[in-house]
This record gives sequence, C-alpha cells and structure tokens, in this order.
Amino acid sequence: MKPEVDGSVVAACAVVKSFGPTPALRGASVAAGAGEIVAVMGPSGSGKSTLLHCLAGILIPEAGQVWYAGGRVDTLDESARSSLRRDRFGFVFQTGQLVPELTAEENVALPLLLAGTRRAKAIAEAREWFDRLGLDGLEQRRSSELSGGQAQRVAVARGMVAHPAVLFADEPTGSLDSLAGEQVMNLLTDAARAEGTTVILVTHDPRVAAYADREVIVRDGQVISPNRVSP
Amino acid sequence: MSVVPVTLLGLLERQPSHGYDLKRDYDTYFGRGKALPFGQVYATLARLARDGKAAAGEIEPGAGPERKRYAITPRGRAEVEAWLAEPVEPEPHLQTVLFAKVVLALMLGREADTYLDAQRAAHLQRMRELTAIRRNGGVVDALLADHAMFHLEADLRWIDVTNSRLSALAQVVRP
Ligand SMILES: Nc1ncnc2c1ncn2[C@@H]1O[C@H](COP(=O)(O)OP(=O)(O)OP(=O)(O)O)[C@@H](O)[C@H]1O
Ligand SMILES: [Mg+2]
Repeated sequence: MKPEVDGSVVAACAVVKSFGPTPALRGASVAAGAGEIVAVMGPSGSGKSTLLHCLAGILIPEAGQVWYAGGRVDTLDESARSSLRRDRFGFVFQTGQLVPELTAEENVALPLLLAGTRRAKAIAEAREWFDRLGLDGLEQRRSSELSGGQAQRVAVARGMVAHPAVLFADEPTGSLDSLAGEQVMNLLTDAARAEGTTVILVTHDPRVAAYADREVIVRDGQVISPNRVSP
Repeated sequence: MSVVPVTLLGLLERQPSHGYDLKRDYDTYFGRGKALPFGQVYATLARLARDGKAAAGEIEPGAGPERKRYAITPRGRAEVEAWLAEPVEPEPHLQTVLFAKVVLALMLGREADTYLDAQRAAHLQRMRELTAIRRNGGVVDALLADHAMFHLEADLRWIDVTNSRLSALAQVVRP
C-alpha cells in the first residue's frame, strides 16, 4: 500500500484501465481524506471520468488497487460494490441524469427508496433539501420542466440525500452559465462541508475547481502532482 | 530578476555569444515585434559581468563593444535555473513573462511542462483565495475578485493550450 493511501477515505493506487486497445488509465494514483474536496482536472480524454468510475467501484481496473475506508473496492464482487455505491456513495453527473417520469422530489428520494426506506419517510427527507438548495415550490415538477440550473441542484440533492461518505461529481455544472454554475457549486460545497462529505469533483473548469481544497491533474491516464518542480 | 537580463543570460547558456547575436535571437524569439535597443543589450551585459553572472572574453580584433564575446558563469547558470523553476506571482497581465519562461525552458532543453504545472498550481491556489473572497466578502470585493479571476482563467487556458503545443514549439525554438 502506498503511504498516501493511509488515512484517506478513498484512494486509487497505480490504477490501470483500458477500453479495448485504448489505455484510459496508465497507473493513476489519487487519495482524498475525510471531508476533503479534491478537484480532478486535465484535458479531455485524459481519463478523469474513468478514474472517478474506478474510485466509485463502477469500473474494475485491470491492475492497481482501489480503497474505501481502509478496505479494497476493486476486489469486491458486483453485489458488494453495488451496496457500497448505494449505502456510502452519492453521485452527481453532468446532465440528463434525472428520471423524466418522476417528479423532482421523487428524483431526490430515489436513492433512499432504492435503499429500502419507506416512501413517506423518503419523500419527507427529500423535501428537506428543497429549502436548503433554494428549490422551494419545485417539488412536484417533472425534470423536463426544470431549468438546467434547477435540474443540477435537484441532482445535488439526490446525490446528498442518503448522507454519503463520498460524493462523486463529474462536471456537475455541465453546460450551465457561470452564475448558475456558481450557485450549484456554492450549494454543493456548503452541503458537503456541513455533512463532512468527501467530494471527488471532476471538472475542466478552473472556476469550479477553485471550490475544492486542492486539485490533481490527470494527463495521459496518469495523475501528475502539481507542485513538483525539477531541481 | 526582470525578464530581459535573465533571458539574455539564458541565451548565453546555449553558447558564448556577442551582443549582436544575443540581440538578434532575443528579437526573434522574445521581442515579439519590439526590438531590444543595442544600448540596452550592452548595458545589461556589462551589469551581468559586473555581478559575476557572465564573463566577457578577450576583446577581439576590430575593437568596439560588439567585439566582446560573453560567456555565462556558474552563478549565471544558477540564476537562470532558479528563475525558470519559480512560478510567476499569479496576477493579471503576466503573459510576457510566462511566454519567456516557456520558450527559454524549451530552448535550453529544460522541462517546460514542469514549469507549466507549477504555474497552474500557483494560479489555481490564487483562484481558491479569490473564490473565498467572492463568497465571504461584499459585492464590491466580489466584483474585484471576479475581474482577477477572469484574467487568471485566461492565463490558465493559455497554459493548457501551450502544454499541448510544447513539442511543436520545441521544434521551432531548439537549434
Ligand atoms: N466506455 C468506453 N469505451 C471505450 N473507450 C472509452 C470509454 N470510456 C472512455 N473511453 C476512452 O478512455 C479515454 C479516457 O476517457 P475519459 O472519459 O475518462 O476522459 P475524460 O478525461 O473524462 O474526458 P472528458 O473531459 O472529455 O470527459 C478516452 O480515450 C476515451 O475515449
Ligand atoms: Mg469525462
């Protein structure tokens, strides 16, 4: 185990992952501590989303290790990884991740419902987030009736509703303009700090990355440490 | 150290040169339409020699200041190295210095991407500080911070694009 893994909540260690002949990760290592917000930056196609998916136990690396809370993730079977994702992790993706047939509050309640929470309790817990994220009055809207910024705030609420230990966010401000994106980031980071949630925040936007405690840069499937200066 | 003296020193690191050659190379790679006056070249070289960063060779036949050949000293080399390794203070309007660092690093076969990574980290650190000001300060502070952020963002875009063009740029500036 690499030293940087010690004391971290989530970590990837020399992770290798290919898609057919395409190497997406070539020995990527990153670690985040409890309550830390880490931005993952880098050029398009460099492997940021693949790294996030490996950390979250969605993809299994061909080599290297993935750790969560001191235990290996990459060696778990699919059902164990699936419970880990459901019970400990939250997710916010770029756009179009809300279920269009459901209302906004049902979308937010979804992770609780999938975890077996009773419907009335799940909806009640979901509703608390509407006030918190400035979404009052939008509880019954379908996702097609929300603006992009509102939809992303609903997505943040859904990512946080089950009080995850780690929130994985891949371009959470997607195609929003700077003010709407800023509002999403303010709410996301406030909520994460209030709950002590660790956040892995994939973004190419330096304004979004500036909400993190620190950034790592992915280039050609590897994480380069930002402060290395040659002697 | 300001850009012109350290750039001339860097050019000297490639090989000992006359003032005339230094001026020509400076104008080609760093002048960007603004030629360096001969007077400034010689005054700078004299100062570098006085400070022990460059050494003037024998006066060659023909005499006159342009007949002196200068070589870099170990102290001069250390100066170039230190300047390249140090990220520029992140504030608006640094394009000229950033540009000079990248070109000089490539010219001397140094790792320009290492420098760019250090600069990106310095810029992002400053953006984090400004983000905190925008969140916690009043609207006037926020507007001022915004202005600085947009400029830093422009620098960062330039850093990213330059990073992906380093090998093309190296081919142009390396002998
Ligand atoms: N499901 C997949 N099938 C095949 N190739 C893939 C798949 N997912 C990613 N790749 C490839 O792996 C590499 C890394 O992709 P990844 O999505 O991780 O990049 P990224 O850094 O997130 O890029 P972007 O900023 O554009 O989202 C790319 O070359 C991509 O084409
Ligand atoms: Mg991606």
